[in-house]
Amino acid sequence: MSHDHAADHGHDHPSFLAHHFDDPEQQFDAGKLGIWIFLVTEVLFFSGMFCAYALYRSRNPEVFTFASTFLNTKLGAFNTGVLLFSSLTMAWGVRCAQLRQRGGLVLCLALTLICASIFLGVKAVEYTHKWDMGLLPAHFYLSQYAQTIEHHDWAPFKELVGQAHMTWLTKLCILPGLITIGFAAWLFSTLKSKERRKIEVAGSMLLTALAFFGGIGIGRVFQAAEEAAAAHSTDHGDKHAATDADHKHDAASADHATAASADKTMLVSTDSQTKIGAPSIEQIDQKGGAGLFFSIYYCMTGVHAVHILGGMVVLTWLLVRASKDVFHEQYFGPVDYVGLYWHLVDLIWIYLFPLLYLIR
Amino acid sequence: MNTSMFPLLLAEHKGSFWFAEAGSTFAEETDFLFMAILWISTFFFVVVVGAMVVFAIKYRRRPGYQGDSTALHNNALEITWTVIPTLIVCWIFARGVQGYMDMVTPPSETIDINVTARKWSWSFQYPNGAESNELHLPVNKPVRLLMRSDDVLHCFFVPAFRTKADVVPGRVTTLWFQPILEGEFPLYCAEYCGDDHSIMRAKVVVHNQKSYEDELVKLNKAPDAPVAHGQQLYLRRGCKGCHSIEDGKVLIGPSFAGSWGKDVKDSISGATVKFDEQYVQESIENPQAKMRAEFAKAAQMPSYKGRFKPKEMAAITAFLKALEDGKITPEEESALPPPETPAPTGDGAAKTN
Amino acid sequence: MSGSATVQAQNASDNYLFNTKGFLSWALTLDHKRIGMMYLVGVMGAFLLGGILALILRAELADPENWFLTNKQYNQVFTLHGAVMVFLFIIPSVPAALGNFLVPVMLGAKDVAFPRLNLGSFYLWVIGAIFFLVALLSTGLDTGWTFYTPYSTQTSGPVVAATLGVFILGFSSIFTGLNFIVTINTMRPPGMTWFRMPLFLWATYSTSIIQVLATPVLGITVLLLAAERVIGIGIFDPKFNGDPVTFQHFFWFYSHPAVYIMILPGMGIISELMSVHSHKGIFGYRFIAYSSVAIALFGFLVWGHHMFTSGMANVTVIVFSALTFSVSIPSAIKVFNWLATMYKGTVQLNTPMCYALNFIFLFTIGGLTGLWLGTLSTDRPLHDTYFVVAHFHYVMMGGTMVAFLGGVFHWWPKMTGKMFNDFWGNISCLVVFIGFNMTFLPQFVMGSRGMPRRYATYDPQFTVFHEWSTYGAFTLGLGLFIALGVLIHSLLRGKQAPDNPWGGATLEWQCSSPPPYYNFHTAPEVNDPYNYKPLTYRGEKGWEYVRPKPSTVPQQPDQVQV
Repeated sequence: MSHDHAADHGHDHPSFLAHHFDDPEQQFDAGKLGIWIFLVTEVLFFSGMFCAYALYRSRNPEVFTFASTFLNTKLGAFNTGVLLFSSLTMAWGVRCAQLRQRGGLVLCLALTLICASIFLGVKAVEYTHKWDMGLLPAHFYLSQYAQTIEHHDWAPFKELVGQAHMTWLTKLCILPGLITIGFAAWLFSTLKSKERRKIEVAGSMLLTALAFFGGIGIGRVFQAAEEAAAAHSTDHGDKHAATDADHKHDAASADHATAASADKTMLVSTDSQTKIGAPSIEQIDQKGGAGLFFSIYYCMTGVHAVHILGGMVVLTWLLVRASKDVFHEQYFGPVDYVGLYWHLVDLIWIYLFPLLYLIR
Repeated sequence: MNTSMFPLLLAEHKGSFWFAEAGSTFAEETDFLFMAILWISTFFFVVVVGAMVVFAIKYRRRPGYQGDSTALHNNALEITWTVIPTLIVCWIFARGVQGYMDMVTPPSETIDINVTARKWSWSFQYPNGAESNELHLPVNKPVRLLMRSDDVLHCFFVPAFRTKADVVPGRVTTLWFQPILEGEFPLYCAEYCGDDHSIMRAKVVVHNQKSYEDELVKLNKAPDAPVAHGQQLYLRRGCKGCHSIEDGKVLIGPSFAGSWGKDVKDSISGATVKFDEQYVQESIENPQAKMRAEFAKAAQMPSYKGRFKPKEMAAITAFLKALEDGKITPEEESALPPPETPAPTGDGAAKTN
Repeated sequence: MSGSATVQAQNASDNYLFNTKGFLSWALTLDHKRIGMMYLVGVMGAFLLGGILALILRAELADPENWFLTNKQYNQVFTLHGAVMVFLFIIPSVPAALGNFLVPVMLGAKDVAFPRLNLGSFYLWVIGAIFFLVALLSTGLDTGWTFYTPYSTQTSGPVVAATLGVFILGFSSIFTGLNFIVTINTMRPPGMTWFRMPLFLWATYSTSIIQVLATPVLGITVLLLAAERVIGIGIFDPKFNGDPVTFQHFFWFYSHPAVYIMILPGMGIISELMSVHSHKGIFGYRFIAYSSVAIALFGFLVWGHHMFTSGMANVTVIVFSALTFSVSIPSAIKVFNWLATMYKGTVQLNTPMCYALNFIFLFTIGGLTGLWLGTLSTDRPLHDTYFVVAHFHYVMMGGTMVAFLGGVFHWWPKMTGKMFNDFWGNISCLVVFIGFNMTFLPQFVMGSRGMPRRYATYDPQFTVFHEWSTYGAFTLGLGLFIALGVLIHSLLRGKQAPDNPWGGATLEWQCSSPPPYYNFHTAPEVNDPYNYKPLTYRGEKGWEYVRPKPSTVPQQPDQVQV
């Protein structure tokens, strides 16, 4: 920095207090007001998507009822629990910072990071399973009951992962895998140097990265249980059967004739008053129907996941600083602010979960 | 406004200083309100700017003058200049709502005309089935437009009628008005719609009742020239939705431009057939019989069997043939068939009927 | 405590411009004044670019047929003109450039609450600008700055890059607003009560509220548009049962309040200018302050008036019209109060004051022509015509841009420490005034006769208006170049500015010109910002603040009932 603040403001200005504030209280209040205003902007940011949700749900209630059956409620509920727990560890972390409990703070932050990572792992299972099934945003949505002649190449990722014959989940694991290896190597090098604080950070990061795969494992277990339950069901007309790949094709061939001839433009008329009676499954099960639900689903949960990732970045920053023992009774603002942000991200999920998974 | 004062500003302009011609029943109300707001605004503008100029001169810094710097305030004055404008805008608002409700409430008996807007042209379908790219209307009859868009947002705007409405894809928007003046009026697209937005202009022709009816009959009559007739059928019977007539532009089915005489390789039998009279006939009546591989996958064309008279089939064939080189010249379009020889596929078409 | 304000003036080396040197000392500065100056250079560059594009458009429109631009090129140029002017110039002009410089100094604080965030938002602006310009210049965006769907989802232009640029610029704007709100709330020195704040701060505060509340909605809107193009979400696409009008609601929910992001700070500047250059306490301080807040709040409820013809339900349309009229009243109150401030004052017709009077003339026209557009029946023929174009240029350019120039001239001695040539400053104001009215008055007439906007070619009946408009635009351009020349000349040859050249009573005139790094070496004494009694004119040295004896210091803003 070009200015030597200490020279100008040497007198009774502690190092944690920025030069333009008069006292720690003013600094804390400013930060607190700032983060609250930021949270307001975040709420408004999401509100756009909540409006879109409300609008399209009110116009096409039957689409939302139909499409939400493809979401795995158990995975959603598990993730809700994980996030709630992470909120607890975060709040605990704030308390630790206020009491200057360095170890407790590091532990709490690490646990929060691990929870976030598990959440993303489970989400990865959910997402990739849907991509495999063709439950994609409107332009790419593949009708679940009609025979599909389109290929599953989803444009956005086609160039990214090439034409390699991997499942979506494998493709999605490449980057986290590399990150895990990186953290493992870092931990190995810090173990040699025997610097306790670095080991703490590196260890936490490695655990966080591994937790992603843990989340995937848990997600797969839930997913397998769901599929097994669906396989036991003998009722082909049951919509839940559609989550099973084999059953999907049985159903598809049976419904092929009707679905293929269904006029794809029938749902295009947005004048809902002209719709007579409830639309059939074939009308709902297409790009302009269920596809729109998945558009909104991916936008809302995707932007939320980006917020989780952003939260993980600042949590990592806090973890590094916490390991250096910079937080204390007079200066715990950053932990408090990140905590508030994390609770908001949690809160948004608390709304997303019932809106997308539960209301049917 | 005395229009003769502004000869230059009125070049090629038939209306008054502020307005286009008063072409519909709405003009009286909107023009009145426009002028009322104009006079109210002028009054306030003169007060504000007048006070500004007077103060700037009277209280200017100059030797021998010393103003008082004490801040003033006066609640009575504040309330006055809050309440008076409020009352005035209330009146303007109410009058505006009144006029607006007239504009959105069509009478029960209207002439309904379907409007299709697309990049970058208008087409109007009349009650008798006629279709045109200029809007023909009878004078003194309420008209309701049912407007649809094929692609993006457009906006139907006739300045003389003092009204406009957006044309929104996926919706049917309505607009009504009652022309009161015979003549031709410009029609504009007022919502930006891409490259040639500014040439999406057309004409509205307001006729007397008789001339309107004649015009509709004329519009509904098939042209004598087979190519022009074929083109009309192409435009009106739904071909254009899936088949372009631009070279290489594929909508859903193959483009018609330059197709004539080319070889077509059937995807199922592998046989090669020529794009000729026989192939055209077969493809219209049984579209899935022989198809190129790239179109076979999504083939969805319904059969048009029995929907064209022999003369119409001949016209379509002539039209496609004229497109052999990718475009239609004006000579081709207006060429009349030789009096004695029937059109090439006339026989073929006759056989099936 | 020092006896008089001029004692705070230090030697030339202790001012924020020269206390450190080198590129990095600017590029990494956390000083709000330097960040403000960098913004000033940035937005003026954007204004120059947008202005050149405007002249290209006007030149093309001098002829009813395609003269030197094709239709597509014309569309690209007007898109670029609108987008650059809105996102890169008007929105950041007053709040980010002047606001950054002035808010802490006027408030009596050492800096904004979050200096790093402040620098961060400047770089977000830079990144957004680069992103945006590269996207626009590469293949040419042709959606209009409004990105209306479904055209924007179908066109081949670089819509995704442009929307990401808007997204980034939006966050720059949000962080600036956030910083100001926190600064004004928590950094006021002792004695600076809410009602002792200069009106510019009230306006900035109101603006910041809008920035913080409205911009995120634009963020999500452009993000959804980008998602529409990248992963095909279809929610604005009628082919997939989506609704293009929803996009318009989302877009205008931000972009109408954004109009007040543009005009409110301009009004704040005018409040300062009218009072200082009339040497007269502001008339109806509280009414002006509250009207800023009222405009900010009402501004959120009127977005639908951009969509009167898009087929909304009649009830919705009528409610939006009523709310639109309600927002006109606070603006009228402001204008009347400004005029009353001149009454019995001592009016100095220097360059900033001339721009302020120019503002009142042009903004009054801009505001009054809004009446036609808010009225439902007269809006039907006028919607999307040149009447609208003229209306918003009178407000945005005649209002904000002229106020911005007035503010730049007013605070230029403070920012740079140099005086400018007042005579040529006044000439620039006069040329701008003539050019502006010549450009946009004819557009009202052709608009009401039915000339639609965004037309590259047009019916010959409108030619004469377009010709006059084009002559006017080049005159206006000349006026702006004179203004630029005056400013550059002052940098090179200007006389050293006194600390208080105009006799302002707000706190920024208590520190030296240019201010020192920490703004105030000792905590400034906060008084009524519009009490000019303690100021005495000292000729070349400007105005000197003679501290009155404690017994004569009024405890309340001294206002006299007339």
